[in-house]
Amino acid sequence: MNWHTLLFYLFALMSCGFAIAVVVSANVVRMAFFLIVSLASTAGLFFLAGAHFVGAMQIMIYVGGTLVLLIFGVMLTAHAAFVSMATKSSDWVLAAVFGGALLGLLALTAFSVEDWRTARGDQAAVTSSEGEFASSIGQALMGMRVDRLAEDDSQLEAGMSGYLLPFEIIAIHLLVVLIGAAYLARTKRRVRSATEGVL
Amino acid sequence: MAEFINSILFPDQPDHWIGVLITALVHVVMIINVIAVGALVFIWMERKVSGRIQDRLGPTRVGGKFGWLQTLADGLKLIAKEDITPGQADSFLFKLAPYLSFTASFCAFIALPFASGYSWSSGWAAREVNTGVFFVLAVLGLEVFGVILAGYASGSKWSLFGGMREAAQVVSYEVPLGLCVIVPVMLAGSMNLVTIGDMQEGLFTNWFLFHDPFTFCVFWVFFTCAMASVNRAPFDLAEAESELVAGFHTEYSGLRWSIFFMAEYGSMFLVSALAAILFFGGWNGPFPVFATLASALGWEAWPTTGLLGYVAGLAGVANVLFKGVVGVTVMIWVRWTLPRLRIDQVITMCWKYCVPIAAVCFAGALFWQYNNIWFLNSLHPARSRAEVRENWSVNELQTSASSAPHEAGESDMAKGIENEAGGQI
Repeated sequence: MNWHTLLFYLFALMSCGFAIAVVVSANVVRMAFFLIVSLASTAGLFFLAGAHFVGAMQIMIYVGGTLVLLIFGVMLTAHAAFVSMATKSSDWVLAAVFGGALLGLLALTAFSVEDWRTARGDQAAVTSSEGEFASSIGQALMGMRVDRLAEDDSQLEAGMSGYLLPFEIIAIHLLVVLIGAAYLARTKRRVRSATEGVL
Repeated sequence: MAEFINSILFPDQPDHWIGVLITALVHVVMIINVIAVGALVFIWMERKVSGRIQDRLGPTRVGGKFGWLQTLADGLKLIAKEDITPGQADSFLFKLAPYLSFTASFCAFIALPFASGYSWSSGWAAREVNTGVFFVLAVLGLEVFGVILAGYASGSKWSLFGGMREAAQVVSYEVPLGLCVIVPVMLAGSMNLVTIGDMQEGLFTNWFLFHDPFTFCVFWVFFTCAMASVNRAPFDLAEAESELVAGFHTEYSGLRWSIFFMAEYGSMFLVSALAAILFFGGWNGPFPVFATLASALGWEAWPTTGLLGYVAGLAGVANVLFKGVVGVTVMIWVRWTLPRLRIDQVITMCWKYCVPIAAVCFAGALFWQYNNIWFLNSLHPARSRAEVRENWSVNELQTSASSAPHEAGESDMAKGIENEAGGQI
């Protein structure tokens, strides 16, 4: 068996298995741990696909950032020693219906794509390929598609625009969030009114 | 290596998984050896250095001279101790936490190159990741999970407080750490650790530390933040024994406890080696011995392959290890010199000093680089920056040179790259 295939199955199984463990578990912090493994396995899939930057990003943001905040929040707000959340049976049914519907939709969509059902001819070239450099992603965010430079001028117009607008929107959005957070978290000094001094 | 093993075992299948598995096992065993032997040496060093700083001798008896086998004796004692799980603890997470900490520290070593291999595509790393710096930082940030889970799962107030402090501290210090790392990444134009190391080839004046006053400054911020992020004194609030008994590892004993410490010493060495690669030229020694030797012998360059290339690689490994050990020694020195900070002082230090200084240094280094101002780096430039940069910029230069520029923005970009190709380091 090809090592690529083996690792893909391994990471995919870990990712799905621990995702199910998150749902089944009743203890919040254990859930967080299972989520770590699940998300880290997803990062492994990205690395396997040669997308090193996206993989490291997945670890940094989802595993490192979001989950630390999650655990931190649980630890700060927990009243009992070990928080446990038992799922009601009605919730199980509801979740199964919606989750199943989404899964069915995604599976249907995935299998309807013709290219994905047939194996590519140049498999050896794909599995041994080195990852893309992160610079091309950065350039695309700044509005320049390095990967499409070879194309004609007529085709370039659409591609050359890159992702500058979404990038700017996200940047402004994050700035607003940062200022908002700093505003909410600031020290509130008591303003002594003039009347207070008189009285 | 995987291809080599498969060529013996399965000549018709170069991609077979068994060869890759054996290769991976070899890498894993070697990295674990680096961490374990490192911990062995560093713990002994810690005892000796702290002894000298406090005007005593430290261990002198075990293993003949200098007590150099002291750590082994400690290890034997720890193995012999009883492994206790408190009744109040969440036993699954409690048992898991030390391994999680160790895994994070271990995984970061995978992407750490020890020498460049002298052909730019492959460094002496278990697996060269082309966003190496980013990967190392991302994975190193996961070490906090072990500590938080240990604090939570112990079912003890001391441990919980220790874990919470650690979480607050590490989440805060990742911000200035990232800002500091951006500076050498920006100067090298790559996140690949091998490329960053190779850019600082030549005389020691080519190290990024001497690129401009701002990078010199940002190194100290980096080292401070690195110390805080690996939870070393004076930032070891999570295990403040004067207030929290022993913080997150209060309830741990025996081997599990020692795994936490192996992880801590592992990541201490890791951040020191990272600092060496980012700021101190990595595997490039202070003087270009092999390049000088090659020119003295009348060769065009030192060979990059074969036995001679291997010798140069080994010298590079020795350089990285030496610089890393120096970094760890400084950390030990700081620990036994400075008193522990209070939690509010730790957070103030991060947000009011480290972050602004790092941000100003970033802007300053950008200014310096953009205007090509003279500094120590310009004394003996080994090669122009554009030569080592990631392939795309060179390819892009060729593409834009052959066809007319499509847009104003793009031609500016190409001009910038051309300037850089012409400019000096």
